[in-house]
Amino acid sequence: MQRIGVFICWCGSNIAATVDVERVAEVIRREPGVVFSANYQYMCSENGQQLVKNAIREYNLTAVVIGSCSPRMHEATFRKAAEEAGLNPYMVEIANIREHCSWIHKDREEATEKALVLVRTAIAKVNLDAPLQVGESPVTKRALVIGGGIAGIQAALDIAEAGFEVDIVEKNPTIGGRMAQLDKTFPTLDCSACILTPKMVDCAQNEKIDILSYSEVEEVKGFVGNFTVKIRKKARYVDETKCTGCKVCMEKCPSRKGLNEFNMGLNNRTAIYIPFAQAIPNVAVIDPEQCIKLKTGKCGICQKFCGVGAIDYTMKDEFVERKYGAIVVATGFRPMKPDKFNEYGYADNKDVITSLELERLMNAAGPTDGVLLRPSDGKHPKVITFIQCVGSRDTSGCGKPYCSKICCMYTAKHAMLIREKYPDTEVHVFYIDVRTPGKNYDEFYRRAVEQYGVDYIKGMVGKVYNENGKLMVQGSNLIDNEQVVIPSDLVVLATAIEPEPSVRKVATLLTASIDTNNFLTESHAKLRPVESPTAGVYLAGVCQGPKDIPETVSQASACAAKVIGLLVKDKLKTNPCIAHPDESMCNGCSQCANVCAYGAITYVDKEFRLGGGKTEVRRVASVNPAVCQGCGACTVTCPSGAMDLSGFSSGQIMSEVEAICKM
Amino acid sequence: MQDVTKEYSPNIVAFCCNWCSYAGADLAGSSRLSYPANVKIIRVPCSCRVNPMFVLKAFQRGADGVILCGCHPGDCHYVTGNYYTRRRMALLFSFLDYLGIERERTRVEWVSAAEGARFSAVMNDFVRTVASLGENKRLTDLRCKEETENA
Amino acid sequence: MRDVELKMKERAAALLKSGEVARVIGWKKGEFYFDPSPASFETEEELSEFVYNGFCGANLSKYLIAASKKPGKTAVFLKPCDTYSFNQLVKEHRVARENILVIGVECQGKLDIEKIRRKGVTGVTEVEEEKDGVEVTSLYGTDKFPREEILLEKCLCCKGKKFMVADETIVLHEMPETKNDRFAGVEKLEKMTAEERFAFWQKELSKCIRCNACRNVCPACSCVKCVFDNPASGIAAKANDTSFEEQMFHIIRAFHVAGRCTDCGECSRVCPQHIPLHLLNRKFIKDMDTLYGEFQAGETADGKTPLTEYTEGDAEPKDAFKAEGQNA
Repeated sequence: MQRIGVFICWCGSNIAATVDVERVAEVIRREPGVVFSANYQYMCSENGQQLVKNAIREYNLTAVVIGSCSPRMHEATFRKAAEEAGLNPYMVEIANIREHCSWIHKDREEATEKALVLVRTAIAKVNLDAPLQVGESPVTKRALVIGGGIAGIQAALDIAEAGFEVDIVEKNPTIGGRMAQLDKTFPTLDCSACILTPKMVDCAQNEKIDILSYSEVEEVKGFVGNFTVKIRKKARYVDETKCTGCKVCMEKCPSRKGLNEFNMGLNNRTAIYIPFAQAIPNVAVIDPEQCIKLKTGKCGICQKFCGVGAIDYTMKDEFVERKYGAIVVATGFRPMKPDKFNEYGYADNKDVITSLELERLMNAAGPTDGVLLRPSDGKHPKVITFIQCVGSRDTSGCGKPYCSKICCMYTAKHAMLIREKYPDTEVHVFYIDVRTPGKNYDEFYRRAVEQYGVDYIKGMVGKVYNENGKLMVQGSNLIDNEQVVIPSDLVVLATAIEPEPSVRKVATLLTASIDTNNFLTESHAKLRPVESPTAGVYLAGVCQGPKDIPETVSQASACAAKVIGLLVKDKLKTNPCIAHPDESMCNGCSQCANVCAYGAITYVDKEFRLGGGKTEVRRVASVNPAVCQGCGACTVTCPSGAMDLSGFSSGQIMSEVEAICKM
Repeated sequence: MQDVTKEYSPNIVAFCCNWCSYAGADLAGSSRLSYPANVKIIRVPCSCRVNPMFVLKAFQRGADGVILCGCHPGDCHYVTGNYYTRRRMALLFSFLDYLGIERERTRVEWVSAAEGARFSAVMNDFVRTVASLGENKRLTDLRCKEETENA
Repeated sequence: MRDVELKMKERAAALLKSGEVARVIGWKKGEFYFDPSPASFETEEELSEFVYNGFCGANLSKYLIAASKKPGKTAVFLKPCDTYSFNQLVKEHRVARENILVIGVECQGKLDIEKIRRKGVTGVTEVEEEKDGVEVTSLYGTDKFPREEILLEKCLCCKGKKFMVADETIVLHEMPETKNDRFAGVEKLEKMTAEERFAFWQKELSKCIRCNACRNVCPACSCVKCVFDNPASGIAAKANDTSFEEQMFHIIRAFHVAGRCTDCGECSRVCPQHIPLHLLNRKFIKDMDTLYGEFQAGETADGKTPLTEYTEGDAEPKDAFKAEGQNA
């Protein structure tokens, strides 16, 4: 039996005006187990807390009930006070007699009666309270960033800046990501490479940052503060430590028909290649699907010409295993392939291109050296039509239900850049809505319309077809309520962006939750937007939802702040109010793990004594205290009742129910 | 808000999740939005902590109505907890109804931390609904009844 | 049926002889022809007691929980509907699949001795499945009945004759399927008023003597320790002294097996008080099918159940009732 002390707070007149606090304290003193009760004007005050502390010592209290304001207000205060008096802080329960009683009831008699019930309910709960210990787990002071785009780069730089080691795992041969492919950026029209490449170089030069390019995460074990990650370093066939990036191999390579991924397949590259001039690491890689030597065993020209002997055709995938305290997911996006949309004729017409392809056609390092020439005949297009929302906001099932968010702005940018550089070009834009919230964004769009005379047509495009070498864009103009056909030389599709497909595997490895659109789910849509529900995993960039560069960079820095906040700790304190299985009753049926949002439950085979010298090995659940958040979903799904929740045990809740109903 | 009739006031057990609904109830309090005094709140970390056993226990001990409140679907502090609540309770309450325990005695409501007014309105409405059904006799345990009457 | 029994016996004998399995779980002869009971056979000699006939309704899958823990492999005879329970147990890691040899056996639908008795036939000595009915031979002569009239309740709504899992099968004849609407009984109750439903269940459940037969036979009730036997659970109770206890027991039991119950019908079959317990489980099954899409527990040995799964657009509890069109 507990020795319980009950402390009723007046909260000035907030409680005392409607609840007869003296009577409550008086009546409660006669409850079984209560050895002390008191009432005081402000229990949360220094003096009030002292009263609690003194009583704990004087009466050897084993449990404390405070009748006061909401536990959301002062539970922590009173737990701390109890701890200072030598009592386990989890032996304190709060009866909420202010928000749930005195403030909502006017009748003094009624409110006093209810306060008594609420205090009795808290007593029923505290009777079954057990001292709980805050656990500790160590923290590995190293972070992993998955994805080396602008999100990953920014996160890594910020984390390194704080003095922690960071590894960037990038599946491509270079970091840089999608931003490296862009020509200019909105709303200021800076050159994308000019602002990105210095950051890439910073990464390479920062001694705290280790870039594992051409690598993928294979396996993740452990939990917040203690992840062990197995990384596959794909065979590059070029020794990274020797290659100087001189590009002689590229000049000599006879296999020159590979599609250049960096230029969206608009031109070709050699089998041995460096993706682009500013690649980091500036090291060649051999495409094994294309290399003649690797496919047939004959050739070996690059090896012959490599002055430093960096080429090694026998290279195999390597695996490294490293420990991390925190993981940032920044796997990014890809533009959706528009070939499912037959109406736009993307598959049939070379001059129907996507926006990212246009981006490459306008880039000085692109296939046309920055001169806008259309792919079919290399001529200057005179009429260019943009089609917005291709695959975005599409509930037909072909596309994505969401808004890709960046297209309105980049189309305004494209239109403006084209009109600036080629004033004789006509530019039309078909749109459903123009969405330009953001600092200086709407102004940017207005400039495109007002200053550059871009023709915005509200309406959807029904068909794009080829007629005598012209691309006929047939659509509706909703404002003038008429059908229009625009003969164009080039059609640009603002295709939806979708999460990079490899994110699914990453999500599974990390037990991070993912939605039906393959976006990773944040822990709370408003209040924890950069944290995954899986503790120690953070989300940056488009892997979490469509966003532009400034938002991505902010989110990456926010992730870094969270990671730094985690890594500066030597030990993590674990919430003791978590699930725990009674192994003697556990069936090992896996139902609890099926509903755990955090992947906190695993199973182990344990030996049990059966009596008579016999033993039995049974599969039983095991809860990782560093990962469990204490929601209790598992407790209800457990048919045998083996799973219970500390601090909110089934017995406690049922005794609260009984106390409430006893009237 | 008008209090329900004084003559008969049903006994209501409300399970509120710590992060949304309990905070919503706190806001109802600090906004002085009243609801009948025989609504008593039990704080649980998440609505998904509520075991059907607790609901049955409440009815056994003479509660006239049981209401579960949680964060709005999609807003659960524990990401997915209330989705499980929604399925479990849809099935449980349908089942209780199938056994003849009127569906109006059980309810699930989503109340956010910002919805103090809604919390109060929900409670007033629930009390009114349960009051119109009268006392819960179908699941009460007769022994418990005697226990409390003798007490 | 004799030929099937013979074949099964032969196979069992061969398996035991070769040492391929350490035991065979099947049915053994009871005092009468119509009361065979589940049994484990460990030697060829013991197989002299082995039977398989129209009264072998018992679902043997639950016995595998204990058997799969014993050394050596266990062979088991499973009727098509029993294979669902087997899958469910494998899914919940209660049975180690690799320790079990599943032999699917032919089933013509199992018979209810009570229904035969009600037809005035006693002292049954043999039944023979025929195309146009069942020939029942007793000490007093031979009668023929339409199959539907003497089938077990569970066999009136046959899940089909496909084996969800089987390492080998013994099927010598065509297997007829009797497919009545399994939710008809649930729907009838749903159409009643709450008062009528309460009266119905009070009448039925007050017959409960808490013998726990339903629980003990249920393949989904496979807990190491049942909450009703655990004093710490707060709901443990063996006695049966008020109406609430039966309700509590049956509500919690139905909830615990929801999504895991394969509708094998064993609970109703074994209830000595003839409480239509399947109407409880089928209510959950019907609701889950209506609200979350059709789901058959035990169809596969992996995946989640409707209660460990969700979608963002699931019906709200208050709308869930509307969907079913229940009357107040």
